[in-house]
Amino acid sequence: MNRKTIFAGLIILAACEEFQPKAPQAYELLDGPVSGLSEAENLQFLRGDVAFNDEVFTSANGLGPLFVATSCGSCHPGDGKGHPFTTLTRFGQTDENGNQYLNVGGPQLQHRAIPGFTPEVIPQNATLSRFTPPANTGLGFIDAVSDAEILAWADPDDNDGDGISGVPNWISLKQYVKERPNSVTQNGRYIGRFGKKAATYDLLQQTATAYNQDIGITSSFEPVDTHSGLVFDPEVSNQTINDVVFYLKALKAPEPRPESNSIEGKQLFTTIGCSKCHRPEMKTGNSSIAAIANKAFYPYSDFLLHDMGSSLDDGYTEGSAKTYEWRTPPLWGVGLSKKSQGGQYFLLHDGRARSIEEAILLHGGEGIQSRSNYEALTNEEKTKLIRFLESL
Amino acid sequence: MKISLLLAITLVIGSAATAQVDSTLFKRTQQDTSKLLLNMDAVYNRPFLSVSKLPVAVGGYVEANWQHLGTDGVSEGHQFQMRRLTLFIASTISRRIKFLSEIEFEDGTKEINIEFASVDFEFHPLLNFRGGIVMNPIGAFNQNHDGPKWEFIDRPISATQLLPATWSNVGFGMYGKLYRDNWVYAYETYLTNGFDDQIINNSENKTFLPASKLNQARFEESFNGVPLLTAKVAVRNKKIGELGLSYMGGIYNKFQEDGLVLDEKRRHMTWAIDFNTVLPTGTYLNTEWAFTRVDVPSTYSQQYGEKQWGGFFDAVQPMFRRNIFGFERSVINAVCRFEYVDWNVGNFSETGDNIREDIISIVPGISWRPTSQTVIRLNYRYAWQTDILGNPASKTAGFLFGFSSYF
Repeated sequence: MNRKTIFAGLIILAACEEFQPKAPQAYELLDGPVSGLSEAENLQFLRGDVAFNDEVFTSANGLGPLFVATSCGSCHPGDGKGHPFTTLTRFGQTDENGNQYLNVGGPQLQHRAIPGFTPEVIPQNATLSRFTPPANTGLGFIDAVSDAEILAWADPDDNDGDGISGVPNWISLKQYVKERPNSVTQNGRYIGRFGKKAATYDLLQQTATAYNQDIGITSSFEPVDTHSGLVFDPEVSNQTINDVVFYLKALKAPEPRPESNSIEGKQLFTTIGCSKCHRPEMKTGNSSIAAIANKAFYPYSDFLLHDMGSSLDDGYTEGSAKTYEWRTPPLWGVGLSKKSQGGQYFLLHDGRARSIEEAILLHGGEGIQSRSNYEALTNEEKTKLIRFLESL
Repeated sequence: MKISLLLAITLVIGSAATAQVDSTLFKRTQQDTSKLLLNMDAVYNRPFLSVSKLPVAVGGYVEANWQHLGTDGVSEGHQFQMRRLTLFIASTISRRIKFLSEIEFEDGTKEINIEFASVDFEFHPLLNFRGGIVMNPIGAFNQNHDGPKWEFIDRPISATQLLPATWSNVGFGMYGKLYRDNWVYAYETYLTNGFDDQIINNSENKTFLPASKLNQARFEESFNGVPLLTAKVAVRNKKIGELGLSYMGGIYNKFQEDGLVLDEKRRHMTWAIDFNTVLPTGTYLNTEWAFTRVDVPSTYSQQYGEKQWGGFFDAVQPMFRRNIFGFERSVINAVCRFEYVDWNVGNFSETGDNIREDIISIVPGISWRPTSQTVIRLNYRYAWQTDILGNPASKTAGFLFGFSSYF
């Protein structure tokens, strides 16, 4: 028995990992770094990962006093899409002339508050829109696309007559944002590429703004407290912000699931016109991260604004976008959304679509023809198309 | 503070070590096994060592382990852990005045806590006064948590991450027992310093009573000036087992300071039920379940739940009782624990869907007790932890091996 006991112990020691849960396939996860990072980049990625996913803000380290969420990871679980629980509400801008409610809490509602404080409420008569937190996946690739690559698909006057225009959101740069090389400008404004309305220039602006508007954390980049309107000492360091920006840049692009062999679904995607806005392939330009520089990637987006019709017009906008215009959301990883949204779909900008099909059927404006084409498909074809989308 | 504590402990151990020159000077304090013992008796139901005729007895326990756990394919590899070194010092000041203290070093010297340091005055078996640092009698584990008494290396999740075991505080109270044939009835009730607002303002990102353990100032100052009430009643029948019902509640937030109102008073309440018995088959069953309710401001975040519940169920089946490696009457047990905690009971106001933030864990294992005061344990843990949104659970599993022994 003693020998057996010792033998059993040795077996356990040698085979510990055999008794542990296996890692999910890489294509089942949205988080994780792009391959090919250097060792120094891996270290910075890990620092950013901890700040993004593990650091929880409390009143002791600066939370609020008004806020939406208590950590970055609360809104982007597993680096995937968010849930109505952490959906943002923005209000007060109806045209390109700016937000009329900045002095009463605009543009973003902070509807939660630490004890003793009163959260904001939407001012009477202010129009609003709700924004479901997006997936973080592949953001570095989007960041590394050149302006020229984005503009190549813009067709503001619909010169090709396909009913689809596509325009950039021309935005003013924040003072702390560094202009990309070879940036294209129009009347001193730059092309935005992040956010539902493409009103954010780069991931530094996205990160510093999210700390400030979502969590109530001031930084040297965004030093104004959302509650008092006063300039505060930084509550998060530049180092942490830079690490988080690096983390977001270095996240891998989603890997297609095996069902992507659905050639017919992919063909249907093109045939019915989805790919006119949801552009399958793009290329990155130069990047400070060698692993994502000059690479082809597959976001299924053109990062341009499109008229999506009156049913998706919330009466709120940002930058030069119209209230009915929305940036084409990347479709990569859409099939994994349920794994970060509590087993359900909350699609489109505000999560109103509870399935991929419902999202398609809510397309209007420039998307109306594709929607009609989808409706004309047989049930079998619809299933193939949706399976293809779920595989992205 | 830590240095003086270390010095005091060194002196006590040093004096004992000197006495070891002549081992006949040592004697084990006899434990009273003639009466029905309850979880509340655990604090004195420990092996003590007295030296010669000194009026002080000392004791303690130590536990260390190895573990190799992995979560969703990612492992931290082999980990060796010195989880606990606990020292007891007891003194009979007079026949009916006793002193006992318990000082614990956790994870090496990462945490040093006085878990218990109180003087007991017996006026009548039904009326004993206890004052000092007392162990709040919520549930059973908080009262009866010595490692060598358990067949599992990890403490129950519900006991340490829902209830804040081990949770002790400064205060006073009464306890007593009444024996009737095969029955014993008991009560304990204390007023102590309480929790603070860290229970809804912490890096765990959930309502978390144990967060208040970080407030070491609670041993000298109440966070809000309102005492925490803890009370327990227990009954034990020689044939049926022991049943305990307990309550702990108070105000956790700082509602005023310097006469200025900061917030309304916010209350937390915890109820617990525990039961243990030995079946005719020799199977030992032990269970404890707790329910917590916290008044979280409606304008705060549903990240912090208003209701929580959880508990554990342990089964220990002696398999062999024989001489092993020369340890006569050593016992090998087959053991299994089921545990569950839901840190956020409720529904999202945005969707009406169930809020998750829960964990289920199963821990089978075997234990070997070469003597009644020492246990060597091999556990396998498999746990499924689900985030607040109900996304696919992260799975953690692996082996743990270690020992725990009184000394």
